[in-house]
Amino acid sequence: MLSDDQRRTLRCLAEMMIPASAEYDVPSAADDAIFADILRSFGRDQHHVMTVLCDLEGFADLDLPERRSRVAQLLEQRSEALKGVNSVILQCYYRDDRVMRSLGMEPRPPFPIGHEVEQGDWSLLDPVRKRPRLYREV
Amino acid sequence: MPTQPVDVLIIGSGASGAAVAWSLAETKMHILCLEQGEWMKPSEYPSSGRDWEARQLNDFHYSPNRRARDTDYPINDANSPIKVANFNGVGGGTVLYAGHFPRFHPSDFRVRTLDGVADDWPIDYATLAPYYDENDRMMGVSGLAGDPAYPPHEPMMAPLPLGKSGATLARGLNKLGWHWWPSDSAIASEDYEGRARCINLAHCTSGCAQGAKASTDVTYWPAAIRAGVELRTRCRVREITRNNDGMASGVIYYDADGREQFQPAHVVILACNAIGTARILLNSNGLANSSGLVGKNLMFHPYARIAGWFEQELDGYRGPGNCIWSQEFYETDASRGFVRGYTFEFSRGQNPVMAAVHSMQIGRLPWGEDHHRAYRRLFCHRTGMVAICEDLPEEHNRVTLDPELKDCHGIPAPKINYTLSDNSRRMLDHAVARASEILRAAGAHDVWSEAPLADGGWHLMGTARMGTDPERSVVNEWGRSHDVKNLFVVDGSIFVTSAGVNPTRTIQALALYVADNIKSRLATLFD
Repeated sequence: MLSDDQRRTLRCLAEMMIPASAEYDVPSAADDAIFADILRSFGRDQHHVMTVLCDLEGFADLDLPERRSRVAQLLEQRSEALKGVNSVILQCYYRDDRVMRSLGMEPRPPFPIGHEVEQGDWSLLDPVRKRPRLYREV
Repeated sequence: MPTQPVDVLIIGSGASGAAVAWSLAETKMHILCLEQGEWMKPSEYPSSGRDWEARQLNDFHYSPNRRARDTDYPINDANSPIKVANFNGVGGGTVLYAGHFPRFHPSDFRVRTLDGVADDWPIDYATLAPYYDENDRMMGVSGLAGDPAYPPHEPMMAPLPLGKSGATLARGLNKLGWHWWPSDSAIASEDYEGRARCINLAHCTSGCAQGAKASTDVTYWPAAIRAGVELRTRCRVREITRNNDGMASGVIYYDADGREQFQPAHVVILACNAIGTARILLNSNGLANSSGLVGKNLMFHPYARIAGWFEQELDGYRGPGNCIWSQEFYETDASRGFVRGYTFEFSRGQNPVMAAVHSMQIGRLPWGEDHHRAYRRLFCHRTGMVAICEDLPEEHNRVTLDPELKDCHGIPAPKINYTLSDNSRRMLDHAVARASEILRAAGAHDVWSEAPLADGGWHLMGTARMGTDPERSVVNEWGRSHDVKNLFVVDGSIFVTSAGVNPTRTIQALALYVADNIKSRLATLFD
């Protein structure tokens, strides 16, 4: 369970990682629906999320240049904990209906409809067919 | 009332346990398989839900330490640059494997004779060939006959589609004049034996909801159970017991309710692969270890992963991961600076979350305003390959019992000590350089690589090696313990060397071969 400060910090991080874009018609990762999904989805990264949030106490109350400076430090460290936070935010963002549509995907799981894959040009194999045996006889 | 003994007790229901159970079923003996995991429900596989990629990072992760289901056991792999991957459930590792299904080559069984390293196997390609064929029929293999890198064999289904990614890579390989061929895959490209054809879910490594991928819970097990084999799930074996004659008398295991049980058996077969099998033997008071080799000679395949990004759109989130392979650098060429060789296996692309997570980890995807533009240049524009390098056996690479770490039943957990050899490092460097050439020749504008792949410990081999010399091997040339004449091992732990290909097809062929030896020697099995 996050404290109010931790929740605000996480939302700030989500906003700074993935802001909204009018050009691509997508919300930010701090969008209400996406953020609610993030809060439900810490999974095996719960301890990583908590590590980062504990290190960033009071982050949401900093002014923007200070927040940017702290995030730059965080990214520089490339910690396992930050990887966990990145993963949680990204896995919720890139399954949002609006984001998937913006990427040209249907907002659905792979099963049961699946996808089409073209056969491709099998004549590309012709030169390989002409090669002599590669394996060693024993 | 004491539990009645069974004729044959198999520990583990994965690739090899399923195959040996099915093969022995025709004897009409009472065969029992104990599996620590449970039956999987394909309708609940991740690809059926909107959180399909998140679950691959959680309850379907290939690391047992991260997955941490109650059916898993922890593994201390801190002293290894390559971390163990596995799955515990009916089907074992085949639930999560990609279904790449290469055979070994004739030379893979003769590395001492041909290249002066490691040891020759006590059997050869010709011995296993009919068992490869039998296993292919049971699992169902897609591919294309005529690969010049292999002795002739006939996949029964058409190859998986080449797609945009495969065609792009093939053009690069053709420019260089290098070998490639459609991969043999344990994925049904057509409806096969009650299994529906692949519909390109692009999520093979989290269980196939379609049932197109040949995991043994949908191939061997239904047939084995119809033939009378009993499969008991959520039963974790602690140790194999011995009687006064030095023979295996049965196993002690914990049942689904956590109660300790003893199951007597006339024959015990280990099918837990190179970590699990070594762990059980070591937990059984040094059983079958007069050679001192149980747990030693652990082999992974050191992997390199190489990816490139292209201007044009590729397959991305569509299609099975399997596509084509190259064995241009498979057989030994001393001028390369290493012995033995490797296979390139080419993949198609990534799903949207993995494209984002991985791209951010490797510094290709930024935070902030430029995130969206950068992502759209990455997603569906990446393809690449892995290099699977042959790992040679070294006794210091080993499985022992951790003095402190235990599973939820209090059974000591395995500990891995493994170092990468100089030969493997040179091979990895060669593979990364050649792969980069392929990607550039195919038109990539950016190339990235990782070697060794830290989380690439999918292939587990060598910790109870087979051989004719009891001082240099744990089991004989047909899988029976040299020390305990009613104890058999049928999994990857009996491999003498690792080859440079995925091991599952050979593990299963070996299991069928050992089963045939048991059947043909029933009257004198314990002599």
